[in-house]
Amino acid sequence: MTLFRGRRILAGAMTLVAAAALAACGSKTTDQNTSAGVTADVSGDTVKVGLLNSLSGTMAISEVTVRDSIMLAIEEINAAGGVLGKKIQPVGEDGASDWPTFAEKAEKLIREDRVAAVFGCWTSASRKAVKPVFEKNKALLFYPVQYEGLEQSPYIFYTGATTNQQIVPGLDYLKAQGAKSLYLVGSDYVFPRTANKIIKAYAEANGMKVLGEDYAPLGSTEFGTITNKVKSSGADAVFNTLNGDSNVAFFKEYKSAGLTATSMPVVSVSIAEEEVKSIGTQYLEGQLTAWNYYQTTPGAANEKFVAAYKAKYGADKPTSDPMEAAYVSVYLWKAMVEKAGAFDVEKVRQASDGITFEAPEGLVTVDGATQHIAKTARVGKVGADGLITEVWNSGAPITPDPYLKSYPWAGGLS
Amino acid sequence: MTVLIGQLFTGVSIGAVLLLIALGLALTFGQMGVINMAHGEFIMAGAYTTFVLQQVITAAGWSLLIALPVAFVVAGAMGVLLEILLIRRLYARPLDTLLVTWGVSLILQQLARDIFGSPNVQTRAPELLTGNIALPGGITVANNRLFILALAGGAVVALTVALRVTPLGRRIRAVVQNRDLAAVSGIATARVDRMTFFIGSGLAGIAGVALTLLGPIGPTMGTNLIIDAFLVVVVGGIGQLKGTVIVAFALGVLQASGEYLTTLSVAKVMVFVAIVAFLQWRPQGMFTLRTRSLA
Amino acid sequence: MTTVARDPVTAADPTPPAAKPAAGPSRHRFRAVAGFAFGAALLFAVAPLLLSDFRLSLLAKYLCVAMVAIGIGLAWGRGGMLALGQGVFFGLGGYAMAMHLKLADAGPGNMPDFMLLYGQLDELPLWWRPFASPWFALPATVLLPMAVAFVLGSLVFRRRVRGAYFAILSQALAAAMVILLIGQQGTTGGTNGLTDIQGFFGYDLDDPVNQRMVYFIIAGTLLALLALTRHLMQSRYGELLVAVRDGEERVRFLGYDPATVKLVAYVVAAGMAGLAGALFVPAVGIISPAMIGIVPSIEFVIGVAIGGRATLLGPVLGAVAVAWARTALSERFPGTWTYLQGLLFVVVVAFLPGGLASLVGLLRRGDGERRPGWLRRSRRTEAEAS
Repeated sequence: MTLFRGRRILAGAMTLVAAAALAACGSKTTDQNTSAGVTADVSGDTVKVGLLNSLSGTMAISEVTVRDSIMLAIEEINAAGGVLGKKIQPVGEDGASDWPTFAEKAEKLIREDRVAAVFGCWTSASRKAVKPVFEKNKALLFYPVQYEGLEQSPYIFYTGATTNQQIVPGLDYLKAQGAKSLYLVGSDYVFPRTANKIIKAYAEANGMKVLGEDYAPLGSTEFGTITNKVKSSGADAVFNTLNGDSNVAFFKEYKSAGLTATSMPVVSVSIAEEEVKSIGTQYLEGQLTAWNYYQTTPGAANEKFVAAYKAKYGADKPTSDPMEAAYVSVYLWKAMVEKAGAFDVEKVRQASDGITFEAPEGLVTVDGATQHIAKTARVGKVGADGLITEVWNSGAPITPDPYLKSYPWAGGLS
Repeated sequence: MTVLIGQLFTGVSIGAVLLLIALGLALTFGQMGVINMAHGEFIMAGAYTTFVLQQVITAAGWSLLIALPVAFVVAGAMGVLLEILLIRRLYARPLDTLLVTWGVSLILQQLARDIFGSPNVQTRAPELLTGNIALPGGITVANNRLFILALAGGAVVALTVALRVTPLGRRIRAVVQNRDLAAVSGIATARVDRMTFFIGSGLAGIAGVALTLLGPIGPTMGTNLIIDAFLVVVVGGIGQLKGTVIVAFALGVLQASGEYLTTLSVAKVMVFVAIVAFLQWRPQGMFTLRTRSLA
Repeated sequence: MTTVARDPVTAADPTPPAAKPAAGPSRHRFRAVAGFAFGAALLFAVAPLLLSDFRLSLLAKYLCVAMVAIGIGLAWGRGGMLALGQGVFFGLGGYAMAMHLKLADAGPGNMPDFMLLYGQLDELPLWWRPFASPWFALPATVLLPMAVAFVLGSLVFRRRVRGAYFAILSQALAAAMVILLIGQQGTTGGTNGLTDIQGFFGYDLDDPVNQRMVYFIIAGTLLALLALTRHLMQSRYGELLVAVRDGEERVRFLGYDPATVKLVAYVVAAGMAGLAGALFVPAVGIISPAMIGIVPSIEFVIGVAIGGRATLLGPVLGAVAVAWARTALSERFPGTWTYLQGLLFVVVVAFLPGGLASLVGLLRRGDGERRPGWLRRSRRTEAEAS
């Protein structure tokens, strides 16, 4: 009994079509001229820039505020006459918390809209997804979030902190406070895992003990067991690299277990004013954070930024480090373009070295070699009013060192 | 030993959360066959109800207590609306309810984002529920977990009594056991369906209030919980509550002990493997309603 | 209980009985060949002429989704198994291909870039090694997902886990797979996945000409899969599959083993998803857990539902339409597109159960009464099936 009746002619024909397609075209010659990149369209009296953030999905909780502060910077620059006499025209796209979507939208912004630069991305995964797109098309991305380092793309400017501007100073602070042992808690993705590798190397070189290391899947809200483990470890401090939602569950559990900022302080590197607002000072008061900027950072530039942000988005909206870094990134791009006298990507990159800007966080300087920013590191304490006040700072901007080359203990990391 | 007991309690409390979420599903999915992916968004509605009430009633304890019935009604009403507008048309196509309610859940998430903003919102827990009780031997038991355990227990008892004793409960059971016979006996099955959906969705609202004590309150808070809850109902067996109760606690303890011995990721995978293995043994779940159908 | 009186096989035949005498087998075949020729012309000539390089690469991506959809159409539309975990098979195929391409990019004896960054390994892990050979990696993109589907399918179908139970189980599988992949960052790239894939068997993927070639391969594969599926659907096996969907017990009593019948469709669908994943990698240059989990798995199914689950072309058109709508809506309305997407799902699935394909049928026949047989199902048969 034949189970399949014949339609062999058809199947054969289709296979032929497929085979023909395979051989049809494709050039093995690596003629590099074909991928010369796309030049931005600056022919009119406006210049387009792309904004690429997640407006939907799990990451929208963080990325929407970054979009808001980029828009604020663009409006301010336009009100002051634009860049090289052209008004900035923002083109917004939704990355939808999905990495391939980020890549698709980046390509669309570069090739269809022909933007002069793109501002955005939050997670390392989204940055890794778009990196080849920007390199292939020779277009510029300004990435505004602190990250795990170990990267240096010629087409990305990193305006958030790299590890030696946030994590290492945070550890220095803990060491100075006399912490001898740490427990590491993080979300299960690239930043925490890499950060914890660095922390372990640091701890080994500085006589600190790492008593445990636990990861929760992104978005996980079940921290009963991890808190039990942390508590029974008796560590001097917890280093927390949890992301987003998980922090809320972790700190609620932490307090329920009877742990406090005095009995076992937590240093967090992903909790800014916005997160404090969503977790609640009830759970966070007295806990530590490591960043480069707080809403309370003194200075005229910050007063102006905070006032402008609140005027535009509401008095109850706090400002935070990634928002500030995103805001600064637009101004840095403007300064680079003006120094270069053109929107041309290569010229902008060449002009970038040594650009300074009086940012809300203080003076920042672009390091042309790494395309990172020299920033001042700060450790802050969460207050009862939901704001974070500085308890320590590095005194001067720290030169970015994404591969930690100047730290002997980090030799085996990269 | 201390750690062991502490972990056992953690497991039980994970189970209580699962139970609270799964209880509503046990009704809508277990009794009616509707796969409601928007159940997670009803949980979210319950949590946001707590948030809104707290803007009005600042005393955290009172607002939490008042939120329980209010969230039940809010989420229940959303459920009824969903039932009337969409699910009513889909009883003949249970698998399609999954896809339709998935679309609904996308819409509800975006709605929450537009109403309350993308960032998570904050509720204050009453001070009493942020502490813990120290037992002899260094064991601490978190008060919020105890509260949720009590809430889950209360919900199970209330639901059981309601199904056993009240006329509505009798009708619900009759419809589940034999819809056609119930209909010819004069039961308005459509109305019973609606009430079942109201109660099931309302339970999600209560779960949402409880979750404000544990986790974040944001637009996507429901999505992470829904699959685990469905698994509880599937493994527990359809048409009965006791399976759901037992399986919720069993999975909670399994996950907590797995997580303690390895990592949370491995524990989650372990739970899944255990479920597939269990369904090999009892494909209809732990307990199942005996019917005369061929299936 | 209208279906009881009817012979199960003819009751399930998607062709309305009235249409049969008019269209003989030869005419059927002619229509099929003409349809394929039209499709080929559209994909190979019209699309490349009309679309920019960027849009063509997007179309390549949609066509990959369409391949998954064909498989779901077979397993779900014809076989009644709501496969909500197709992301897993898509991912297996994608990862198998991406692992090979990463190794090829790194060059012989070298480790992929991300492993040097995140892994604490001195050498390539053992389970990566076979993927260095294209002779292993290429068949693995299809056979690996099929093997996983075979194991899972033979476990659950034999124990008669079906309907909603099966759907939820396959969803849980997708969730577990994502957690597993993310947990092994050093060897799988974690949440990042495998990114920055440069070459495709010696062809530089940055070159637009080669991107076009990848598109042609994808379009050709899609047509071949369509031909294969049409073949399957029209065979005796195809009739048996529909019979199992509509009355599993009756088929059992007739002497067939429904578990095996279902298993074949499920495994074939998994193979198609794997192939789609493998071709997705050169088209997009990335594979990550974001393409595997519950959300993409449901979106695959929704495309099928919107197109028309039990037809041959419906799933393809639906998948392309949904993916295209996602791009177009999110470009035009970045803030509100999720409302529109959600509404689209709700309205089509709730009010047009046959999907867009049934619109064509309705227009052609002019009345809603003669719906295709696979839609005429009583509440009871469906309850039995679940």
